[in-house]
Amino acid sequence: MANYKDYMLFDKLPHTWCAGCRHGIILRAIAEALALQEIDKHKIALVSGIGCFGRVDDYLDINCMHVTHGRALPAATGVALGNPELKVLVTMGDGDCATIGGNHLINTARRNINVTAVVANNYNYGQTGGQYSGTTPEGSITSTSPYGHVEQGFDICKLAEAAGAPFVARTTPFNPVQMRELIKQGMQTKGFALIEVMDTCPTHFGRLNKFGNAAQMLEKVQGMTVPIQKASTMSEEEMEGKFATGILVNRFREDYYTRYQRIIEQLNGKGNVQ
Amino acid sequence: MSKNFVIKFREKNCKQCGICSYFCPGKVLEQSAGKYPRVVRAEACIGCRLCEMRCPDFAIEVEVETSER
Repeated sequence: MANYKDYMLFDKLPHTWCAGCRHGIILRAIAEALALQEIDKHKIALVSGIGCFGRVDDYLDINCMHVTHGRALPAATGVALGNPELKVLVTMGDGDCATIGGNHLINTARRNINVTAVVANNYNYGQTGGQYSGTTPEGSITSTSPYGHVEQGFDICKLAEAAGAPFVARTTPFNPVQMRELIKQGMQTKGFALIEVMDTCPTHFGRLNKFGNAAQMLEKVQGMTVPIQKASTMSEEEMEGKFATGILVNRFREDYYTRYQRIIEQLNGKGNVQ
Repeated sequence: MSKNFVIKFREKNCKQCGICSYFCPGKVLEQSAGKYPRVVRAEACIGCRLCEMRCPDFAIEVEVETSER
């Protein structure tokens, strides 16, 4: 069986993330998901945007592209349509995915492009000093909202679900086994798959909101989650402030490439499209 | 047949965040602030590998040693 180290540039460690930053756990889960499927390295492409979590590509021994902030999904769309044989992974943070690239997220989900997006949601712009992002919860403190954030935060999973993504899942770095299984399942889904990993920034968001040390932060985030099986039996009042984890959406929707290819075949074969 | 679990650290990678020692179900690891984790109750290790999987810095590895008894 393949080892996760085969898909990593292990010599490049230690990585640049802060002490206690759980991005490393997600990096390992991605490498393990690749090892579980024993994919040929030349059959994977990873596209990442700017941001803390965009640095994942520095430590993976696969084809990677590091693009501008928020534009990871458009670049991945090009890769996926240009070479449909490739398994395309996209790694983004919440700033990349839901704030600057929010438009690209809903449109990629709507078009149903065959990519798998792993979103590390740490509720702020960690790399630039902890400014609030589109997912920062209301009332929380960041470096640009010192008296409490006045806006309501996005729910990335609901956004992707409403836009039509066939596979949407949420997990926390507390569950590394669940995380790698979800990434694996997302990669095997034909169409757009989104896996949100709930996390907090240990340097900015977590510290300013008094979440405690790195381990307590992880525990606290885990305490805010409920498995989807249990969440489906709970009332709306009970779910207040809680997040369902696991596979939230798993449905079939034909992906963009297949639909487009059908038109090409019809035009080549019959000369008219119905 | 008995199984022994050997916990190995890569101190070069460790950033002393404390996640491994905090969540260890067998309380095998001990750590004080600003120090590297150390193994204090090796016999209590159940080999769940959660420390290895939850280490953000790839600094822990749990190896299995099988011995005939």
